[in-house]
Amino acid sequence: MSGVDPAERDEEESGSRRSRGRVIVLTMVPVIAFAILLASGLGRDPRELPSELISDRAPAFALPELGGQGDISGPTEGQVFVVNFWASWCLECHAEHDALVAAWERYRERGVVFVGVVFEDGEGTALQYASEKEGDWPLVMDPGSRTAIAYGVFGVPETFVIAPDGTIAAKTIGEVTYSWLTEEIDRALRTEVSA
Amino acid sequence: MRRTWLLVAGAAVVIVAAALLARGGGESATIEDRAQAISAGLRCPVCQNLSVADSPSRLAGEMRAEVEGQLRAGRTDDEVRAFFVARYGEWVLLEPRSLLPFVIPVAAVALGVGAWMLFVRRRPRAERTEVSDAERRRIDVDLRSLEEGA
Repeated sequence: MSGVDPAERDEEESGSRRSRGRVIVLTMVPVIAFAILLASGLGRDPRELPSELISDRAPAFALPELGGQGDISGPTEGQVFVVNFWASWCLECHAEHDALVAAWERYRERGVVFVGVVFEDGEGTALQYASEKEGDWPLVMDPGSRTAIAYGVFGVPETFVIAPDGTIAAKTIGEVTYSWLTEEIDRALRTEVSA
Repeated sequence: MRRTWLLVAGAAVVIVAAALLARGGGESATIEDRAQAISAGLRCPVCQNLSVADSPSRLAGEMRAEVEGQLRAGRTDDEVRAFFVARYGEWVLLEPRSLLPFVIPVAAVALGVGAWMLFVRRRPRAERTEVSDAERRRIDVDLRSLEEGA
């Protein structure tokens, strides 16, 4: 046993340990990176996708007013439109209603038009809901959900802000907040001033 | 050997022809068949992992009507799909149009195998060809001690 230098033996062993370590690192780094990539998707809601329609021309609509007094059409060039898709059975729509009322009261005098589009709901239940709530912006039925499909609606509530040039400036899925509405409406109004 | 190649080539021709027939058959089918095929490839927005053709939801029913209405108005299958993609994004297609989701895993496996061959498999061979004097001495000593022990 005396023929082998212990220093050489140590060097060889540490060399093979280093090589094994490199293999482990080379194997584990891609595995861990892939696991992180997969894990990052777990907490995401598959419906919360950015709207494809942002900056595109907003689909035009002419829909029967809830209660049957004629058609409401939009959007109109030169005006900011807030299009809110809602239903009486939707709890988040109940929750967001006060924010819509507050925004509507703040901007109605400035020419901002609010339209509530009924989504997958009966006219009777929608009318009942409207009679119990504040705010008298126009509410419309959407036969065949053609307008909802044209706007790429996933469910309710969804709210779109349409700029004066007729393009979709912003969209939010779920309960809309007063701060989101004021921020997006103000931005849309500024484009009107600068245009 | 030649017969094997002929068999492989024949099988490939049959598979490609079947795939082309399956893809191109839509244009000569009825509007209902085309609407059904398009709806089967669209994801229902209000359900989890159901196609517009399979979903019992009201919105899916209205989307099926929209598909059929557009086909009756003279739009092509691709134009109808593009209408939904423009509104819901590529998300709405159950089969992505891009080949990337299929190519990336294959490329990743190829890269992994390549890296393994380069870094792992090659290494011991290279070491085996060059035995240093120190290693030779150690082998001799170890063999001798083994013989003595036996």
